[in-house]
This record gives sequence, C-alpha cells and structure tokens, in this order.
Amino acid sequence: MAHGYTPGLRVAARTTLRRPRRLPLAGRVLVGQGDRVRAEDVVARAELPGDVATVNVVNQLGIAPGDIEDYMLKRPGEPVRQGEVIGETRPFIKWFRSQAASPIDGTLESVSKITGQVMIRSAPRPVDLRAYVDGTVAEVFPDEGVMVETTGAFVQGILGIGGEVSGQVAVAARGPDVVLGPQDLDVTLAGRIVVAGALVTGEVYRRAAELGLAALVCGGFHDSDLRALLGYDLGVAITGHEDCRPILIMTEGFGRMTMARKTYDLLAAHAGQRASANGTTQIRAGVLRPEILIPAAGDAALGAVAAGEPGSELRVGSPVRLIREPGFGRLGRVGALPPGVHRVESEAQVRVVEVEFPGGERLTIPRANIEVIGD
Amino acid sequence: MDPNDLNVIVATDCGSTTTKAILIERRPEGYRQTYRGEAPTTVEAPFEDVTRGVLNAMAELEELSGRRILDGERILTPARGNEGVDVYISTSSAGGGLQMMVTGVVKGMSGESAQRAALGAGAIVMDVIASSDRRLPHEKIQRIRTLRPDIILLAGGTDGGTVQHVVELAEFLAAANPRPRLGSSFRLPVVYAGNVDARKHVQDLLAGKVELHITENLRPVLEEENLGPARDEIHELFLKHVMAQAPGYQKLMTWVGAPIMPTPAAVGNIIQRIARTQDLNIIGVDIGGATTDVFSDFRVPAEDEHARSLGGTTRSFHRTVSANLGMSYSVSNVLAETGVENILRWVPFDIDEGDLRDRVKNKMIRPTTIPCLLEDLKIEQAIAREALRLALVQHKQLAVGLKGVQRRRTVSESLDDGGAGESLIHMRDLDLLVGSGGVLSHAPRRAQAMMMLLDAFEPEGVTRLAVDSIFMMPHLGVLADLHEAAAVEVFERDCLINLGTCIAATNRGKDGAPCLQYRMTAGGRTRTGRVAVGGLVLEPLGVGETAEVVVEPAGGIDLGAGRGRTLEATVQGGVVGLVFDGRGRPLALPAKDRRATVVRWADALGAYPDGRTKG
Repeated sequence: MAHGYTPGLRVAARTTLRRPRRLPLAGRVLVGQGDRVRAEDVVARAELPGDVATVNVVNQLGIAPGDIEDYMLKRPGEPVRQGEVIGETRPFIKWFRSQAASPIDGTLESVSKITGQVMIRSAPRPVDLRAYVDGTVAEVFPDEGVMVETTGAFVQGILGIGGEVSGQVAVAARGPDVVLGPQDLDVTLAGRIVVAGALVTGEVYRRAAELGLAALVCGGFHDSDLRALLGYDLGVAITGHEDCRPILIMTEGFGRMTMARKTYDLLAAHAGQRASANGTTQIRAGVLRPEILIPAAGDAALGAVAAGEPGSELRVGSPVRLIREPGFGRLGRVGALPPGVHRVESEAQVRVVEVEFPGGERLTIPRANIEVIGD
Repeated sequence: MDPNDLNVIVATDCGSTTTKAILIERRPEGYRQTYRGEAPTTVEAPFEDVTRGVLNAMAELEELSGRRILDGERILTPARGNEGVDVYISTSSAGGGLQMMVTGVVKGMSGESAQRAALGAGAIVMDVIASSDRRLPHEKIQRIRTLRPDIILLAGGTDGGTVQHVVELAEFLAAANPRPRLGSSFRLPVVYAGNVDARKHVQDLLAGKVELHITENLRPVLEEENLGPARDEIHELFLKHVMAQAPGYQKLMTWVGAPIMPTPAAVGNIIQRIARTQDLNIIGVDIGGATTDVFSDFRVPAEDEHARSLGGTTRSFHRTVSANLGMSYSVSNVLAETGVENILRWVPFDIDEGDLRDRVKNKMIRPTTIPCLLEDLKIEQAIAREALRLALVQHKQLAVGLKGVQRRRTVSESLDDGGAGESLIHMRDLDLLVGSGGVLSHAPRRAQAMMMLLDAFEPEGVTRLAVDSIFMMPHLGVLADLHEAAAVEVFERDCLINLGTCIAATNRGKDGAPCLQYRMTAGGRTRTGRVAVGGLVLEPLGVGETAEVVVEPAGGIDLGAGRGRTLEATVQGGVVGLVFDGRGRPLALPAKDRRATVVRWADALGAYPDGRTKG
C-alpha cells in the first residue's frame, strides 16, 4: 500500500458533530427540526413487541393437536391474564378435568393444529429514545428518530465499557501521567465524568462505583481488572451493552498509559461543563469509538466548523503516537519516511517511519505501529 | 464464455478491510499470476460503495503491470495487446460476510446437516436452533429475534418423518418475526429444506412474514445428506438479497463475468478441485483477523455398503468457520477460549500473565499493528498455534459421519473410527496441509510457518506443507468455475509456497529413547540420521527437489505404516526442507524444561534469529 494505516483518534477543541438517534423499530418522533434538546430529553418513542410465551396445550390436556380448537377457551386476539385457563378438557367426571393456563399476562396470538402449541404475547414495552447530547435537531427521520447536532469539544477513546451517560466534567488526576488511589475520589465527584490520569486500578474503579461517578476517563486499565469487573474475559472489542456505572473510557490502551497531553488538557479545560459520554466500542467493520462530547454553551456554538477526520496523511513533522512496543504510548513527530521496505527486529520486512522524540532521540518503527494525532 | 478465449483475467477479493486484485495472464508455459494490487475496502462510510476500492486496487494493478485495465470507471474488455482484460471475477466477504442462522429437529442430525450446508455455502453460522436443544421456547424465539442474520436455513425432519417438530420451529420463526441484518425494506430470506410433508404448513405460517424459498430436504433420509440444493439456494439468495443490499454491489454485479462468490465458498471450491484432480487428502486453513476457516477434502469409505466392503471410497468435503478465533479482532478471544496457560506453554521466555493479557488486549484494540520486536512476534505465533489448534478441533467435530445412521460395520471399521458420528479427519491420511492468512503467509521466516502448522495440527506419517503466498485461493476458487485448468495451474505454480515435508511418528515413546533412523537419497547423494523421541531434525531439501526416504522406527513407534514397520516414500522439498518429527502424538510439552524444549525445537528448524541455528 502507498501509506501506512494510521487510524488516529479524534481530539478536537471545537467541532460540529451529528449523532443519529434511531429507534430499534418504527415509532413516534416527539421533536421537530430545529428544536433545541438536552441530553436527557426523550426525542422519540416506540413500542417493542412483547415477549412470547408458549404453552403446549395438547400435552397438558392429553389431546390430539388436530382437535385443539375444540378445547380452547380463548381465541387468537383475546387478552389473557397470568394463571387464567385458556383450554380445558370436559370429561364426564369433573374431577378428571385437565386445564392449561397462561403463564403470562398478554394476548393469545396463535393456536397450532400441527404442534398443539399456543403462543401468548405479553404487552408491548415502551422504549424511550433520549437525545444523548445537548444540541439541535438537525433532521427528523419520520417514524425512526432524529439527527442531533452539537458543537463543542470532542475526544475519542480507544475502548470503552458501558453505554451513554451525561454529567459535568471533573478532573481528579493532576496530570496525564498520574495514577490515582481510592483516597483521591470523593462524594463531590458523584454523577461526574471524571478525568482519571494514566491508570484506573480495580480498587479505584470500585471506589468510583460506590461514590456514583458517571464515567471514568483514563489512559489505561489492566486487563486483569477488566476481567474482574465484567466477570468474563472480553473476547472481541464490541462493547456498550455492559450494565456498569461508572462507564469506563480508555484513551490509550491496556496497562498503565500516560494520557496524551492534548486529550488531558482539553478535558481539563472544560472542567465543570456539561458533557455526554458513551463507552460503546466496535473495532470491526463499521468501527465505533467511545467518546466524550462537551457541547459549547449557548451561542458559542455559532460559527463552528465541521472537523475533518483525523490526519491520516503521514508527513515529515506529523505528530504521532506509538501504538505498539517498542515505545508504546510515546508521542513524537515524524522525522523521516524512508522509502521502500526495511527489516525490523522481528525480521518482518515492512514500510517504516523514523519517529523523533523531544530531546532528539529517534526510533525506526513500522508505519502500521503509529497513529497520526492532530496538532 | 469459451475458456480458451481467456488470456488475461483480473480477479478481486473484497475483504472486510482490504480489496485485493490479481492479474492472471496466459504465458507460453501456461497461466501465471503476474501482478497484485490492493486498496482499502470501501463498503463503509464515508464511501459506501465497494466499487471504489475495486477501482483503486485495479489502478494499482495498472501501475505495476503497465497494462491499461480501466477506461474511467469501466473495465476494458476484451484484452487487446497491452490493454484490457478478457474477464473480471470477484469474491466478497466485506461487511462481515454471509451470516446465517440454521435450524434442525435434532441438533446432532438435521441440525448438524443444516450447519454443514450453510458453512459449505460460505456462511458464518450464528446459531443452531434445534427442537432438541435445551432452550425453552420463549428463549428460542427471543434468540431468533435478536440475531438479525442475512439468511435463515430452516431444516428438520426426514421426508415422511416428524412434521410436528419442524412446524414448531417455523412457529418460533413466525413469532419472532426476524429482521434481516442489512436493509430494512425487504423481508428476510428463509430457505426451507426440511421434511417435504411439512412444506404446506411452513408456507402457511411464514407467508407474508419472510421471503420463503423452498428446496429439497437436506436430510431426506437419515442415511443421506443432500446439501447441494440448499447450498445453491443460499448462493442465489446471497447474490439476490444480501449482496444487493450492500453498498455498491448492484454495480459490481454488472461488471463481473461470473457470479460473485462468498470468499470462503471460493476457497472451498479451489481446495475441492485440487483434492479431486490430484487425488489428495487436503486440509486448508485460513487464519484471519476475526475468524479462522478450515477446509478439508478427504477420501472416506464409500457410503454404499457393498462398495465399502470392497474397499471403495468416496470424497468428503467440509468447511468450518471458527467465528471468533483470529489474530487481531478476535485475538483476545483465543486467549479466553484456550486459557493463558496454553498460550504461555509455547512462549520461550518468561512473561508475567498480566503483561501477556495487556499485550493481547492491545493487539485487539489496535488490530492493524505488527510485531516489531522479536518477543512480540513469538507471542503472536504462540497465540496462532492455539487459534489453529482450536479451529482444527472444531473442524473435526463437524467433519463427521452422519449421526443417527444404523450401519453394518466391518471388523476393521469397528476397530478404526470413522463410523457414524466419528470424525472423518485422520491426520495420518493427510497428504497436503495448506496454511493461509497473515500470521502464516507473512511470517518473517518460512520455518516459523512450518513450526506453527506442525505444532497446531500435529500431522502424522508423511505430510506435505505449504502456505498460500498472497492469499489468492479465493480468486482461484471463482476462476475454477470458469476455467478449472487455469485455476489449478496457477494454484500449483504461483499460489503455493511449498514449505517441505514432515515425517512424524503417530504415537509416543519414552523421552530420549530412539525414535527413528532414516536414509534419504536426493540428487544422487545419500544422507542418514537418527532422531530421538522428543527430537526434531531438519534435512535440507529444496524447492522442486524430491528425495527417496527409508525410515525405520524404533520398536513400538508407528510412522503410519504400523508399529515398528519401515516406511518408504518419495517426498518433496520446499523452502524449509524435510522435517523428521520424533516428538510423538499427541504432542506434549514437558512440565520440566518446557522453555528449553520449545527453544530446542525452534532451533532445530532455525525458526528465530536469536537461536543457535541461524536461518
């Protein structure tokens, strides 16, 4: 390939972002184009079809499937209550009567003359779709949802755990390389999106959960702690469904990782402001990254420009982050882009980049092992 | 199209991340793969048009080959001089490939047959819902509702057998009202390939809810599988519905000279054809970032009892996909499935478990990074051994004789396995093992690929090993449908890099005791040697060279010819050479001196630059 793959993570002081909010199935949109919304506002609502319960009536009554309709007390479309008899035999002696009852409240949906199975569907469940982020409704998708647009600061992480939250930004770590202890957290951080330095340990996470933090944003987290938190080994990087508070957003990777200075400074500069965060991650086709959005207050949003994708063009001077050993997590600038392929320590023949670090040190690294970060 | 008119062929494989294009040209010596270009796949936003990536990959081919292939966004056909190509063909696994759910009445019988039909058609099987599985009805319905597959294969019951159970499965489907993964405006395609007597009921239940297609029963009687019609229907639906929903494929379909095939189906196609034209027992493995596919085509005892009693054989092809065993996106899942201990046993240096865990997870979240340090390479190759080993275990579990069949077995069959429900894969019968995927094809030293394949697959007796040079098996799989001879020629000449041959004991002796002694004659020169139990010896035997070998096992050791019996064979060389493997089967690593043993084995093949033997 002509250039290395440098996915990059976006860290922008000011950008305009759109977030589609779609219902899982057709429903009703409750807001209109141009409306201002807050993160917690319900923008659309749908009714999810209820769960289905099955009753094998023929087995319970000891009858042939073809005869089932003769024994049913309820017909398709009729409502039924939990425990209500839906079918029964009518023997001469009442004492020998067999009955089949509904296991749930719902509506009788179907009666099968082949299998003798009766399906009962519970009442639909309402699903509320929230705006997720403070902003403006830029577009309405009839019956489906809306597009919310916002302008402000934006930080993408590398991996998150847990879904959407909102709250004020707070800084608990005094620097991007600081490792917090549980004593560094207190009740004033409850409900906040907390910047937590280079590493969140399992102990710190548990303390944060006790205090009711909304999110922890950190450079790294140990996999052994993640395993303890989830109760299983995370096999693939597809997350967001975890029911955990606080949600966790790693900006750099696993292990103790100094947070990129730019990320730390940007978050710290917005301490006290309302933000929305989402741990949902999908590192596969259709990649999704965890994120923190900090909408600009009021009219400050006006005049913002749409931010482009992170710089993926690799040039001499481009600021880069090393994303694998040697030097994992270090930040530097492209010193040179040697043409052709080079042999690295593992003997792999790859295209490389020379990275120059503050102080003049240089390392030759496979181009695949760096990512370009914005200036 | 007359195959004789095909002089210049361009083929692409649209993968999840990269679109790979190759040029195949007819030369005086026959068909050759001449140039290769690649570009990022463009199915996802912001492009959302697969043809962009195809055009970019072809543009790179043009640059490298000097042949003009494109006229703007049009492929020039036919080939004239240094312009144009005679045909364009393609495979695709972009957007996650073909994802299916299948059903059967008994999980181990019609459920397993349905699984084999879907896998053979190139699908990833997301779940098998069976009447006999232990989930409660509402759990099955919930599962069907949440899965969102591309196609559902509804099978179950033999013809004239149970109607009730297969109709029950259709009822679950109707209650779940499943939605397709791609496209919200069309109905989910469902292939019904179950009991013919239940067709009418299934139709009544599902009409209007899904796009129902009825085909022949894939298990008409217990003793027979009839997977062809279901597979064909799946292929058809893949093109008509699934592909048609993927961005840009409508256009791509008008460019190709043969139907677009799912990538794994194409790989299976070429492996089957090579196995059958050359009468070989083959295993092919493709270890990718997210999944590992295993293909096998073996001679097995004939189904017909009379033919079997006369030693008659037939061929049996199987494909499995281990959906969450891979080297980048799924690398952490390998760790989760096999356990840290199993990976650490292959690592020839001290490493803390926590450190290993963090490294593996970092590879998962930065899947495109490559090992720069030798230590990192060794860790990746240790993980690859486990991914390959687990994928083979899963393959063996599905490549089995039909379960539920009453068969009269000969005495020898009873002593051997291979009957109903037993794996049809016997490593001692394996002739050729082909590895594919970055960790094997791009290993800095070919000996590393050889070691990974030997350690993971544990071939027995005499086995040739090779790697797919640039992953062109998919392209050749589609080409095989147009011009089989051309596909086979390119496969042999340009696709395979022969690593060499391995001669391995099929059982174990006492560590350090004599295992075998050999005499090999190649190019008029004879060499002899001895191998101890637990030892590994590499003899040079280059690409294109053959050797006559006579191997005498120590008493009790079996090299595939029987315990203590001398083995005589003609073997082929390769870029690594001829390996005598005295480590025994199953391969066991000693608890004591484990690290030193792993280092000794790697050194025997000159696998790493820090070893005593330089490669």
